[in-house]
Order: sequence, then C-alpha cells, then structure tokens
Amino acid sequence: MTGQGVVWLGSPPFPKAAREALKNDQLRANLKRATTTIRDKRLAVASELDDWEALRESAAAIKRRTARHLDRYLLQLEESVTVAGGTVHWAADAAEANRIVTELVRATGEREVVKIKSMATQEIGLNEHLAEAGITAYETDLAELIVQLGDDRPSHILVPAIHKNRGEIRDLFTAEMGSWGRPAPDGLTDEPAALAEAARQHLREKFLRAKVAVSGANFACAETGTVVVVESEGNGRMCLTLPETLITVMGIEKVVPTWSDLEVFLQLLPRSSTGERMNPYTSTWTGTTEGDGPSAFHLVLLDNGRTDTLADTVGRQALACIRCSACLNVCPVYERTGGHAYGSVYPGPIGAVLTPQLVGVETAASLPFASTLCGACYDACPVKINIPEVLTHLRAEVVEAKGRSAEALAMKAAGVVLDSPRLLGAAQKAAALGGRVLSRDGRIGRLPGPLHGWSDSRDTPAPATESFRTWWRKNKENGESR
Amino acid sequence: MSSRETVLARIRAALADVPAEEAPQDVPVPRDYRRSHVRPGEDTVTLFAERVADYRANVTRTDRAGLTDAIAAALTRREARHLAVPAGFPTELLPTGGWEWHPEPLDVPALDGLDGAITLAAAGIAVTGTIVLDTGAGQGRRALTLVPDYHLCIVDAEQIADDVPDALARLDPARPLTFVSGPSATSDIELDRVEGVHGPRTLDVIVVESGLDAARTA
Repeated sequence: MTGQGVVWLGSPPFPKAAREALKNDQLRANLKRATTTIRDKRLAVASELDDWEALRESAAAIKRRTARHLDRYLLQLEESVTVAGGTVHWAADAAEANRIVTELVRATGEREVVKIKSMATQEIGLNEHLAEAGITAYETDLAELIVQLGDDRPSHILVPAIHKNRGEIRDLFTAEMGSWGRPAPDGLTDEPAALAEAARQHLREKFLRAKVAVSGANFACAETGTVVVVESEGNGRMCLTLPETLITVMGIEKVVPTWSDLEVFLQLLPRSSTGERMNPYTSTWTGTTEGDGPSAFHLVLLDNGRTDTLADTVGRQALACIRCSACLNVCPVYERTGGHAYGSVYPGPIGAVLTPQLVGVETAASLPFASTLCGACYDACPVKINIPEVLTHLRAEVVEAKGRSAEALAMKAAGVVLDSPRLLGAAQKAAALGGRVLSRDGRIGRLPGPLHGWSDSRDTPAPATESFRTWWRKNKENGESR
Repeated sequence: MSSRETVLARIRAALADVPAEEAPQDVPVPRDYRRSHVRPGEDTVTLFAERVADYRANVTRTDRAGLTDAIAAALTRREARHLAVPAGFPTELLPTGGWEWHPEPLDVPALDGLDGAITLAAAGIAVTGTIVLDTGAGQGRRALTLVPDYHLCIVDAEQIADDVPDALARLDPARPLTFVSGPSATSDIELDRVEGVHGPRTLDVIVVESGLDAARTA
C-alpha cells in the first residue's frame, strides 16, 4: 500500500474536525496572530525583489523539467552521491523506508538517534516505527520537541507547535522533560528565551553523545550529489555534523537538476517561509568528507504515493512543493481551523491537494473541499502550484469515486465553464439573474437541486448583478478605469 | 524486482504523457530573473554590513591595520577569553593579552567548554547578509563554529558577492558548506524571535576592507 502514514488514523473528516476547532477561541487567536505576522513579513521581503515573478516562473519551470524527467535525475543523483562516498537506498513505500532506516540504525549498534525536523519522516511515521524496534528518536527542532513531549501532532509545516502558547509550553517542559533526559530547570518561567534555554540544555547532552542522526532534505542536486537542509536553530547543523552516521530520508520529488538551480530556490524559500531574506543556517554536503562530519552517509529515496501523484497530469504539480508553508498562512480556512483539522501530516491548502493524492482520494475525500477556492494560496506559492485548479480537479475525482452523483456532474460542468471565458461570461450572466431571485441579504442559503451538497455546509454569496467582465467593459468604455 | 526498479518503472509509467523523444532541455526554464539585487550605485560592502546587522549580529568595518584591535575590541565586549582557532588562521592577527587560543584539533566536549571560535570565511552575500564557510583554511571543521556559543567571523571585503547567484557560482559544492545568516534563532514560541537555541547565540562580523586600505595608502 502506498501513501501510508500520510493521514492520521482515527481523525474525523475535515468538516467535523473543523467544526470542533472553530469552538476553540484560544486556538483561533493563536493562529490569527501567527499567520498575520508571517504573512506581513513575507510580503515585505518578497516585495524587495522586483523580479519575484520571474523567480517563481523559473522555479516552476525547473520543477516541471525535473518531474517530466524524474527517472533520469534520480539515477544521476544516485550516481553522484555514490561517487561522493554516500549510499543510496530506494523505498517504494513507508514500510520499506522504515525498515531500511531501522536496519541502518541497528547496524551501528546504537539505540537512539537525533532527528532534524522532517516532513518525510513524519509522513512515514518513522519515530513510532523506531520505537517499536527499541530505538528512541529524539526530535531536536524546538517546535518538534514541544510536539514530541506533548505526545501531540504538528499543526503547521513551518511552526509545528503554533497551536500552543507559552504557558502551555512551560507546563509541558516542567512535566515531561525529565522523563526524556535532562529535566527543565526549577522555577522555569514562560518567557520564550527561558523556554529556549531549557530546550538548549535538554538537547545539548543528546547532541554531544549522538552517534546516529536522521534528517530530511530540502533539495538534492542531481549533477553534484549535494544535499541541502535549510533551518534556523542550528539543531540541523548539530545533527548533520556531530554524529558518525547520517541517514537522510528524501521524497523523490526533492531532486533538482543542477547546483546552480539552487540560486532560484534559496531566494524564494526563506522569503516565502519565514519572511526572512535568508534563514539563519543552510547546510550542504556532498557524500562524506574525511575528518569533518559523519563518516557514513545514507540517502533513502522515498516514493510512498509520489509516483501515483506524478501519474496525474493535473495533480503532479503538487510535487513541486518546497514546503515553505506560505499557502497555510494566507488561507482563510487554515487560519480558522488550524492544522490538526486536516487529519494529515500535510495541512492547509497544499495538504488539501497533496494528501489525497498520496493516499488516494477515497482515503482523504473531504480535504479537496476544505477550501474556499479564493486563490490566495496560488498567489503566495513561490513555485506557482495552481492549488485551486488541483482542488477542483480532485473534487471531481472524489465525487466520481463515490459514484457518478449529480454533484460530480456539476463539478465537471464547472470545469468546462471555467476553462472558457465565453462560457464563463454566459454562466455569470445566468447566475446573476438566478441569484437575485434566490438570495436574501446578499446570501443564498440552500441551493436547489444537485447543488445542495455544496450549500449544506456553507453560505453561497449571491452572484453580483453583473459579471466583472461586463463591469470592466462598461467602466473602461466610460473612461472611469485607471 | 528491486525497489529501485519498482520505483523507476512506476515513474516511467506515470510519465506516459511525456514524449519518448523529449529531452530535459526541451522543457524550457526561463532565466530572466536578476543575477543581483544590488541597486545601481549601491555599495556592496555597505549593504552587506547593513544586512548582516539586520539579524542582530554586530558588524565592524576596519582595514588590515586595524584588524587586530577590532578583534580585541569584539572579544572584550563579549567577555570571550577561551577561543578556538582553526588550522590555517593567520595567527599574527590575533591580539595578545588576556586571551587563550586553543588550536585545532579539538574534540566536541572541548569545544563545548570554550567561549567561542574565531574564523575566516569563504564568501559573503550582500543582499541576504550571509556568510558562507566551506571548511577551508582558517575556517575549521563545521563543529567549530557551531558548538561554542560565540562566533567571530572575519570577512574580506573582496569575498563579498552581490547576491545568491554569484555566491553559488563562486563556491565548490564538493566541499561541505554552511551558510550563516545571523545567530541561531527560533520563532517557535508564539513567533517571538529568540537567539541562540542550539547554535551560537552571538555572531560578530568584522569586514576587512583590504582593497580600500591598499588604495588609500597607495
């Protein structure tokens, strides 16, 4: 079975989970503050680059080229990593990746590993699998540590503990750190600096004794075999350089053709992600280096549903994702529900398109509907993934999978109409007439006929009395437009 | 069939829509973004200094003659007395007096017991305020600039590239590279930025304007 681990077993479907999340005022306040802050920072630093659109175009094109020739680039990567002294492993699914990593750790004779925050290893449930094999995995990113100590789940791609506030984190550190290693200092306050210091002390003893580390990868260059990890805290550098053995688990879509392609992504990623010109630390390594860093390097190439995603000519663009999380921070749905409601390792708009493709739409059927299709995610995406396009495409697939319901047909029809400006104009005119009859206070309640499935869980804004196209033509002709 | 063959076969099946004769170069990649975001007339070294300082790192500019004094001033300000010195560092630059210099090789626990490390750099990037280390002469192993709580980095003005594309072109990917933009930082707790979670809490940078110095004395 491919795609296993991507969704959290036992999670309620999105509409139910979202309804619960919306009742949590604290969560919504935390989220609103966080997403607004990152959003503003991102806009400020992106606007410093007046060629931002050209960089996005280039990034999308590099990812398109890579995807269309993925077999070639993976073979090239395998060769260059091997020449540089690394060992490459191929994992068709989560179970195989877990088995490979477990065997590699066992071969070192060690019973514990330090870990860098990694979406790929979360996706395959590596920590749980290692625990079953008697190996303890220590998360070393501060937010991942918070999630791990709380036996919790991450709720954001970039800041996984965004749902917790400082008081909750202090209580967690005080109660749990001792059972994992060095306890929190007495009288720990809830000041972020004090909490970070407690984490520093707690984790440093682990860094200094760790013999094995597990990481993900942000990029890997086929041409040179260079693997790249982008981070802020330095825990990544600790894991990548102090242990004797480094095991990197990387989704097959992370390969880029050349070293110089990084010039595009290293400009786009930090600005889109944390809203900084550059993240504090980026580490690159090519195989092993005598006398510096790990003497053994293993690269595990993970499929786990990615090839199924690749097979969908509309949906494959989701594989271009560089996990910056900009789409989460601009999404009105994410901002109100948080990441847990998505029931998946990948939350937010990118999760709504990636998760159903990795696991199969029938397993995450509600996620393509967890969106208003407002398009903010597409605007924010540094690699130009047309998330609304993939969402509507997957909605049609979901309803098709459920049998050819009337809603499926309506979605298919919508796809045809949205593809054609002429048909869109006609449809908007018809909707303007129909909408006026149905709406009250600018809102339409329950839609008639096959569309009630749509309107059952949301209000539909009444269509404008004229289409934008009509308005534009009229106003432009009147000379009122600027 | 091995998993390698399985994954490759799946990829090839998934790409049935890609014509067999299509080569990677047939998928166009536009490259009409800027090679540099330094504005015309803007001084690269000044920009670098400003951008590094934006990360709450302390930046000093000096010439070759003033370098030893600048190092002494930085270390005094930080109360750093026990410092690691990597192989290849020009020791004639080090101030004498109240400092203990610990030459490489040092093991990790020894590094953990020091106040800081002093190093050269491989490159700087002005637009992003980044220092790049490639473990070359005077830079030490990667652990050297990671484990101690303080890093004093000396960058030659001539090493400063305008922007990310020029910097990558100058660097050798076969070497292990570390791009440093300010001190270690986290925003994981309510998005409050805190410096020094696992890496150095404090970063000082001294920019040596040797070129300018030569021009002045000529």
